[in-house]
Amino acid sequence: MTVKVAQEWLNSCSGCEIAIVDMGERLLDILAVADFVHSPVLMDHKYLGQLGNGKHIHIPEADVGIVSGGVRNEEHVEVLEEMRRKCKIIVAHGTCATHGGIPALANSYTSEEMLQRVYSTETTDAPAASFDEDVPPLLDACYALDEKVKVDVYLPGCPPHPDHVFEALTALATGSPLNLPGRSVCDHCPTVREGKGQLKTLRRFLQSPHYKAPDEPLDKMRCILEQGMLCMGPVTRAGCGGSKIVPRCITARVPCRGCYGPVKQNGNQRLDMLNALASNGIDISSLPETVSLLRFSGAHHQLRPPRKKQEA
Amino acid sequence: MGQIINIHPITRIEGHASIAIQLDDQGEVRESKVRILSLRGFEKFVEGKPAEELPRIVNRICGICPWQHHLASNKAVDRCFGVTPPPAGRKLRELMQAISHSEDKILHFYFLAAPDFVMGPDSDYSVRNIIGVAKANPDLAKRVVRMRQMAKMILETFTGKAIHPHAGVPGGFSKPLLEEDRKDFLAKMREMLDFALFTIEFAKTEVFPKYLDAVKTLGVIKTGFIGTVDGDGALNLYDGMTRLMKPDGTFQDFDPQQYDRYLGEHVEPYSYGKFPYARCWGEGFSLDLEAPRGIYRANTLARINVADKMATPRAQAELEEFREKFGRPAQFTLLHHWARLIEEVYACERAIQLLEDPEITDSNVRAVVEPRAGRGVGCLEAPRGTLIHDYSTDQNGMITRANLIVGTTHNLGPINMTVNQAARSLIKGGAVDEAALNKIEMAVRAYDP
Repeated sequence: MTVKVAQEWLNSCSGCEIAIVDMGERLLDILAVADFVHSPVLMDHKYLGQLGNGKHIHIPEADVGIVSGGVRNEEHVEVLEEMRRKCKIIVAHGTCATHGGIPALANSYTSEEMLQRVYSTETTDAPAASFDEDVPPLLDACYALDEKVKVDVYLPGCPPHPDHVFEALTALATGSPLNLPGRSVCDHCPTVREGKGQLKTLRRFLQSPHYKAPDEPLDKMRCILEQGMLCMGPVTRAGCGGSKIVPRCITARVPCRGCYGPVKQNGNQRLDMLNALASNGIDISSLPETVSLLRFSGAHHQLRPPRKKQEA
Repeated sequence: MGQIINIHPITRIEGHASIAIQLDDQGEVRESKVRILSLRGFEKFVEGKPAEELPRIVNRICGICPWQHHLASNKAVDRCFGVTPPPAGRKLRELMQAISHSEDKILHFYFLAAPDFVMGPDSDYSVRNIIGVAKANPDLAKRVVRMRQMAKMILETFTGKAIHPHAGVPGGFSKPLLEEDRKDFLAKMREMLDFALFTIEFAKTEVFPKYLDAVKTLGVIKTGFIGTVDGDGALNLYDGMTRLMKPDGTFQDFDPQQYDRYLGEHVEPYSYGKFPYARCWGEGFSLDLEAPRGIYRANTLARINVADKMATPRAQAELEEFREKFGRPAQFTLLHHWARLIEEVYACERAIQLLEDPEITDSNVRAVVEPRAGRGVGCLEAPRGTLIHDYSTDQNGMITRANLIVGTTHNLGPINMTVNQAARSLIKGGAVDEAALNKIEMAVRAYDP
């Protein structure tokens, strides 16, 4: 039995697609049961017909539609709506699709402010007044998929671990249930937590955490947050380690930055982190800024341009 | 006004773009445009962030070359903060750079480009892809997937994260390499070198000879080139001087810290992508096929052209053979593929050299970093071209300004010219078929955009 699959990428970097390739030889198993009918990165199906003379975006019908990237321009909306019409199940693939991801950091600014900077850098010649009508206009912000259409399956991660991509695709192909880890990164972290609240301030990640020797196992190293450096583990959904479980950042002895998004789909990583720090007596003004705490989940209006100050 | 043909989206590339070809009333190509359709705005939204966090933000510019953005960003922040990584930290960064180049080129050659050559540019679109290639050559497909995975998993095993890495840190690298890992990775990269040599031999005997006519005609344009070379003029992917070559082969070298004295970026109303050009040539910007102005190319062919030589023996032998056939600079667009496979050999050889260096397992991998006001340019060679990250920081080490010129961006002008040339030669009297449109895209795919 084969399953028809359509795949799309919107305001994305292609890391989620590379995570599919990084399944390795399991990819060949997937290709044996998945019949790709549309996938710009893999195959040559065109929106406007193979001779390029169509007028409207057309995507073939499919059982499963996998979409990575957030929604940033009018064409993204058009493609996403066509995917929703043609696919029985829509999978939001990766944190950009589930929560806006890194590009939603732009939501702290208006589109005009963004365009103004990009087209006036030191090396950029002053452009003409505006873009042609054939260039899709930007939306006012970068949106997660579920702000525009109904999403059936959420597969967060920047990118999602290939093990989970494989599990999700297998589950969708066979109709079996999909069970992804639902707790926090800390629940999967082997480092040592002593829980003693001596810490009053946090330092920036400008030196490595303390550990005794290069080969010291991670379960002998003290928790990086307890060592006094910001780690987003407590407020970030688990799963980045795949079937090996150990969180990926910790493997390199660097702190988590939150790439799987909030533990609960509608959580707020910044508020939750600041609450966790404050309730442990840590001075949150020791953080250099807090916008970055939402660096993976700035969609859903979590980040927005500051209101213009009233003129005195 | 005649018909408009929209190739939308351009497929089997790594980004988001489309082609619009405008025909006149006689069905001849009047003009063509390659559009970049969206904009994320990294240059704006990194402002106000702590500089040491940038390597873990800007890696999201590209999921295919996240290591290059990550490392260029680390180099830029090192400069802002005035810190020099210890030798082992620097070498581990370069090792990650070499290994990620090695898996990327295999991915591009077999997964994205090969369907045009193996299945044929005229084959039906439903089989002209990696799935079709895998069905036609199951044993080779398995080997390709296994070898690429092996290299990719070195990055994953050592640093925890191969896509959107976090192991490079301002001041060096986050963890040292253990001896047992060094031995394991060395054995794997030796196997990878064997596969690189197999691949270039396979391409030179089974693939390129069948397409020599296409190589000499499809999307051919004449431009300058940019790349990075070491003090001996040899190609270097991680560090060195930037070399800017004119179409006639003459060149000048400059310190990448001063890139903004040499390069400019032009803006056209039909694309969000900017068009870098050689401002220092003083001839302005034009994509005119007969008389382009300021146009140079980046990526594999460019690096092979600007380098006097390769720093490793097997790659040097390949370069000599290539140069004997095609001269210097070689201009044929499809030769990007050949150049890519020469670089593949170099990347594997360079990774082996680094893994054989006793210093690479030194435990001192990170220097102490203090935030401060400064400016720094981090420059290295991404698979798709010279990558430039330029940051300024305030006294707290927060980003006040960023300017980025990324690999593929250098080629947006040349890709437009290539499409224009290919469209004019393939579409006559309004006759358009799928094979012709795919050949136009095939010329684009050479740039691996």
